Amino acid sequence: MDNKEMKKSLLSAQVDLSKFSAANFEKATDEEKRQQDVMGESTTFFKDGMRRLRKNPLAMGSIVVLALILLIIIIAPHFVPYSYDQIIAVNGVRDKGSANLGFFMYSQKELDYMNETGEDLFPHIFGTDGLGRDYFIRVIYGTRVSLAVGVVAAIMVVLIGIVYGSIAGYFGGKVDLIMMRIVDIIYSLPDMLIIILLSVVLKENLSGKLAGTIFSSLGANMISMFIVFGLLYWVSMARLIRGQILTIKNNEYVLAARCIGTSNAKILRTHILPNCLSVIIITTALQIPSAIFTESYLSFLGLGVSVPLSSLGSLANDARAGMQSYPERLVIPAVIICLIVLALNLLGDGLRDAFDTKLD
Amino acid sequence: MAKYIAKRILLAIVSIWIITMITFFAMNAIPGGPFNKEKATDPKVIQELEARYNLDKPLGTQYVLYMNNLLHGDWGVSLKTGRPIWQDMTAKFSVSAKLGGRAAIIAIIIGIILGAIAALTRNKLPDRLIIFFTTLGTAMPSFVLATLLLLVFCLKLGWFQVYSASDPNYTLPVIALAVYPMAYITRLTKTSMLDALNQDYVRTARAKGVSKIKVIFLHALRNALIPVITYVGPMVAYILTGSMVVENIFTIGGLGSTFVTSITNRDYTTIMAVTIFLAILMVVANLLTDIVYKFVDPRIKLD
Repeated sequence: MDNKEMKKSLLSAQVDLSKFSAANFEKATDEEKRQQDVMGESTTFFKDGMRRLRKNPLAMGSIVVLALILLIIIIAPHFVPYSYDQIIAVNGVRDKGSANLGFFMYSQKELDYMNETGEDLFPHIFGTDGLGRDYFIRVIYGTRVSLAVGVVAAIMVVLIGIVYGSIAGYFGGKVDLIMMRIVDIIYSLPDMLIIILLSVVLKENLSGKLAGTIFSSLGANMISMFIVFGLLYWVSMARLIRGQILTIKNNEYVLAARCIGTSNAKILRTHILPNCLSVIIITTALQIPSAIFTESYLSFLGLGVSVPLSSLGSLANDARAGMQSYPERLVIPAVIICLIVLALNLLGDGLRDAFDTKLD
Repeated sequence: MAKYIAKRILLAIVSIWIITMITFFAMNAIPGGPFNKEKATDPKVIQELEARYNLDKPLGTQYVLYMNNLLHGDWGVSLKTGRPIWQDMTAKFSVSAKLGGRAAIIAIIIGIILGAIAALTRNKLPDRLIIFFTTLGTAMPSFVLATLLLLVFCLKLGWFQVYSASDPNYTLPVIALAVYPMAYITRLTKTSMLDALNQDYVRTARAKGVSKIKVIFLHALRNALIPVITYVGPMVAYILTGSMVVENIFTIGGLGSTFVTSITNRDYTTIMAVTIFLAILMVVANLLTDIVYKFVDPRIKLD
């Protein structure tokens, strides 16, 4: 009964020392300390999104398809000895029998030439068109044009949309009100009609003035299409960016940056826009197929690229006349348009799932 | 609500006014007058004609005159046929409206049904099939679909007549126009249906013992359809622009193919009139969509 301990309350948090031995209080060894080290690399927002994207088989498949198409359209013109506007000639003489050949076929003249010289001519993979031009290379150039239109339009939309949307969202107040009214009005205009209208007008006005400049090979229609994209298509991007910025600019880190005297431009660039990245990436990925859609549609109406350049839409349109006899000439560009748009749509969906963590 | 509607109507009027401005001044920016023909015309005749159609006045006055005529229902005279545009346009539009209306109804009905099925069988076979085909449908431009349908069903299989003036068969053109909006509505319905099925009121209804079918139709689907309304405006725009190529491909004499022909013919007054007419339709469709949307769903904040 000596050394009687104080009776401990049932609810006391006091540590009962008798339950511990000296071994419990030894310093940790180096090995034990190392267990606390963070082994994994710290991930960034971008890496995290990419990791999620890699797990999405549809999106990865789309990337593979797009990469293949890109590879083919970049490499093919280097080893196919024909050009998109060249009518097949044998020995420097125009070959009149070379029109409307089927897959991998040679014209009579070409066969004779190969028998005579023993030299192998490059096959016409997709045959030739009604004028005797190699169809494979025309499809390649058509795909190039269609993709280029999509990418350039998307870049324009992104640039204008970001600048406009961030100014409206960041400064707010009257500036925002006026800028957003303008967006509302442009948004309510029927874009397709205006594109068609302006294409008609600009085609008439520009075609004479462009001759001799670097734009002449693009043609007036393409230029007018880009002008219209630049005038009309950025509004949804601007709206999205503005909405994002309205929420982001109320964060403490923006207030802190402003307190230490950071300029508006720098706050936008380094603190706000990187946080809009997910919206920008997703919208851009979905903008490209919509531009390709528009371009092919206009080309189909005869308002797209000028001859002899081709786009997938104009190839499909040209093929309509001989649809019954040469359906493959219609099917090939149609399938490629669908493939590109499908791949880009799926990639866009995948990007949205991977980067937009706020969704569901 | 009244304030919102007034504001929305004002915006629509401003849009239509801007469209008439763009159309009028853009068309006048095209070099060469309407009476410049390949054959030389007597300058006196041209002068007379220009005075008759007010083309000798300054551009601003011409615009005011044009707008004045437009508001009085005078849409001008076609440069190619010489007939008043309004009569031709309305006659052609009735054909397009028949085509587009059918496409819209089919797209909405089938889209909602497919979307609801996809949501109810989530991640099972029907859902996967529906999503696969709708993804394909949204990746296919209407002209591609239209030409492929024509190629397969008219030319190769011979199931439909290519063209008949007395008894035109609208089956293929309607399909070509309806697939894209249908696919879009399916995806829209699926998302909003999934959302609605997870709501508390659905669980409450089930807990009360309401039958599954009643819950799906009366509680979930009704609320899931609200977002679909927002798509009606864009769908009208899609069908109107889509009908241009589809009518052209199937040689249906609707407003769309008239528009395309007037572009190739450089019939500027017709281009102008049809653009303004279609634009008004689209703007009004959007306006009605927005107003109906606010009426149907009172939760939406009025700004």
